Amino acid sequence: MWQACQQAVDRAWRFLRQVSGDDAYERYLSLYAANQERHGHQEPPLTREEFFKAWQQQKWDGVKRCC
Amino acid sequence: MNKTLQYLIWLLVAVVGASAVGGIALHRGESINALWFVAAAVCVFAIAYRFYAAWIAARVLMVDASRATPAERLDNGRDYVPTNKWVVFGHHFAAIAGPGPLVGPTLAAQFGYLPGTLWILVGAVLGGAVQDMVTLFLSTRRNGRSLGQMAREELGPIGGFAALVGTFTIMVILIAVLGLVVVNAMKHSPWATSTVAATIPIAMIVGIYMRLIRPGRVLEASVLGVALLLLSVFGGGYIDHHPYLGSLFNHDGLTLAWWVIAYGFAAAILPVWLLLAPRDYLSTFMKLGTIFLLAVAIILLQPEVKMPALTQFIDGSGPIFGGALFPFVFITIACGAVSGFHALIASGTTPKLIANESDIRMIGYGAMLLESFVAIMAMIAATVLDPGVFFAINSPAGLVGKEAADAVAVISSWGFPVTVEQMETLARQMGESTLFARTGGAPSLAVGMASIFGSAFGEHLLALWYHFAIMFEAIFILTTLDAGTRVGRFMLQDMLGNFWPRIGQTSWYPSVLLTSAIVVAGWGYFLYIGVIDPNGGVNILWPLFGISNQMLAAIALSVGTGILIKSGKLKYAWVTGLPLGWLVVVTTTAAWEKITSTDVRVGFIAAANDMSAKLAAGVLPPEKAAVAPQLIFNQQLDAVLTLFFVAVLWIVIVDMLRVSYRSLSGKPVRPSVESAYIQTKLDTAWVRD
Repeated sequence: MWQACQQAVDRAWRFLRQVSGDDAYERYLSLYAANQERHGHQEPPLTREEFFKAWQQQKWDGVKRCC
Repeated sequence: MNKTLQYLIWLLVAVVGASAVGGIALHRGESINALWFVAAAVCVFAIAYRFYAAWIAARVLMVDASRATPAERLDNGRDYVPTNKWVVFGHHFAAIAGPGPLVGPTLAAQFGYLPGTLWILVGAVLGGAVQDMVTLFLSTRRNGRSLGQMAREELGPIGGFAALVGTFTIMVILIAVLGLVVVNAMKHSPWATSTVAATIPIAMIVGIYMRLIRPGRVLEASVLGVALLLLSVFGGGYIDHHPYLGSLFNHDGLTLAWWVIAYGFAAAILPVWLLLAPRDYLSTFMKLGTIFLLAVAIILLQPEVKMPALTQFIDGSGPIFGGALFPFVFITIACGAVSGFHALIASGTTPKLIANESDIRMIGYGAMLLESFVAIMAMIAATVLDPGVFFAINSPAGLVGKEAADAVAVISSWGFPVTVEQMETLARQMGESTLFARTGGAPSLAVGMASIFGSAFGEHLLALWYHFAIMFEAIFILTTLDAGTRVGRFMLQDMLGNFWPRIGQTSWYPSVLLTSAIVVAGWGYFLYIGVIDPNGGVNILWPLFGISNQMLAAIALSVGTGILIKSGKLKYAWVTGLPLGWLVVVTTTAAWEKITSTDVRVGFIAAANDMSAKLAAGVLPPEKAAVAPQLIFNQQLDAVLTLFFVAVLWIVIVDMLRVSYRSLSGKPVRPSVESAYIQTKLDTAWVRD
């Protein structure tokens, strides 16, 4: 019972982090690592600051909010 | 689960839904419980989603769960990313649901609760949600192309150009009317003004935190921001009572309009990370939190709706905006029933995140139903007010008189009794000096929300709830204002770049300044006119916005219908053809009336001529005579704009019919640009967490 509750809270927290973009950098790193096996990137991954800058800039490029 | 039980449950939902809708439609008494509205919406939307949307997805669109989506094929970890469907749903909903579904139903409540409610339910199920889902599907099959690109490639350059110009003009009108809504909420209200003003530095603090102090820690920063926003609502109360500080934030509409214009320009040229992006986090959290709270409060409290089902204003004599039930209720409620703007989000942004085509129904159709549910709640919040109070807040001074005694006399004579004392008490409870003639929908919605929240969570906090509601509305109106100005700037840079390549470089600073200034001047003009117009401005701008938004919806539905016919699905073309036909009828009729009606409260030309005659005869009071030439010019300009919208609409329709005819008679048409089938390799369990 207690464990189930804890799992539910865990899942909710992970969901909140994902939906808000809080874990975007961690996701980027894991994707980078996964792609590394396939492609073999030359450059090192972006730092947290660089990634967040690029992510935010691109997020607001175009119609992103409606009425 | 066994089939019989499922069958019985859906039968029960259908019976409850039918009783609720029937109850709302046929009830003619003193008041009706708001829970009926919630029940009607939940049941109608559940059935529509389970059956109609599922049928469209399976038979009409033929979504294919085995087909790799662009997010999978083009995955680059930035814009193309296969994403959990609930996360995409959250992003998509946050993007489509702005202030529109709150304002439209509030204004349309002048006809009574019934017309708006029915249109929200029917319009969303058969029109808006279909448009969103079909556009999302088509764009997903085309690597996330935008509506304009799809129109150009599938129909021809005319459709593409119409979508581009339509988007730009709609943006200008939308921002102006939203700016007006905020100005009317802040007019001579130090509390509202200081709270709204505080959201700007708060957003900047959050932006700096996320960028420089703790990069990328979105949740931490948002918690900080929300706490500061709540503090600013309290702080506003202190400022309001402080003689000196209060006077700093006590301004008339025109001064506030200039501030909003200056703010819009500053926001457009500041980097996104400093103001726009952080405020968007705050507004999204506020929006979701407040809507959830409102739903809980309505269910707990079950307030009585006091507005009659229909008022005498269905004949077109309404005080909030002129024009009869048909076609104007369908123009006034765009967002919440069918909003063309959604097609811009459903093409371009969201499709690049979709991990599997089977998610399209939930995200396209489902998110729109949720937005409609917000519109139903706005309708409830507006109609739980005493009708007399509702009309006193929303009727412009130019119509009912500037003096409180005159206004209550006029409104009471309509059969909606209200007294000066009642309005004064209400204003005092809400912490405002007056609530008369606060047009635009935001203040009456805030009073409605405050009274619902107040009864559910504590009566003595009414003033706080009221200003919380104003802040909640203002924060995402300002987000739309910033984001819209920025988009308008990009579009303008893109267009002008064809003639002068340098200006098309989006990061060249002189170009940024110039194009931002042009866009801000565009909406700033309509905002300025709206503020100096003694009839409140909303009555002109909102229908114009509705017409332009429906025009964009008609473009999106034309693209959908054209592609369905081209791909040999003529027998299903009615799915998008039906709402398209209705929008064409509604928009054309409304535009026709706005241009040709001899009623000065409806027709732009009639109003311009009437004012010119009065000005020439010297019968206007001096303050009206001073602004009359500008108002006359504006009415004429509005007539031209309306004509332009309806012309664009018909050009796209004719173009779509031409392409469809050629396709049906076996003549060559532009080939479909749908990307080829590739089997998905994505382990959906990984995406779905």
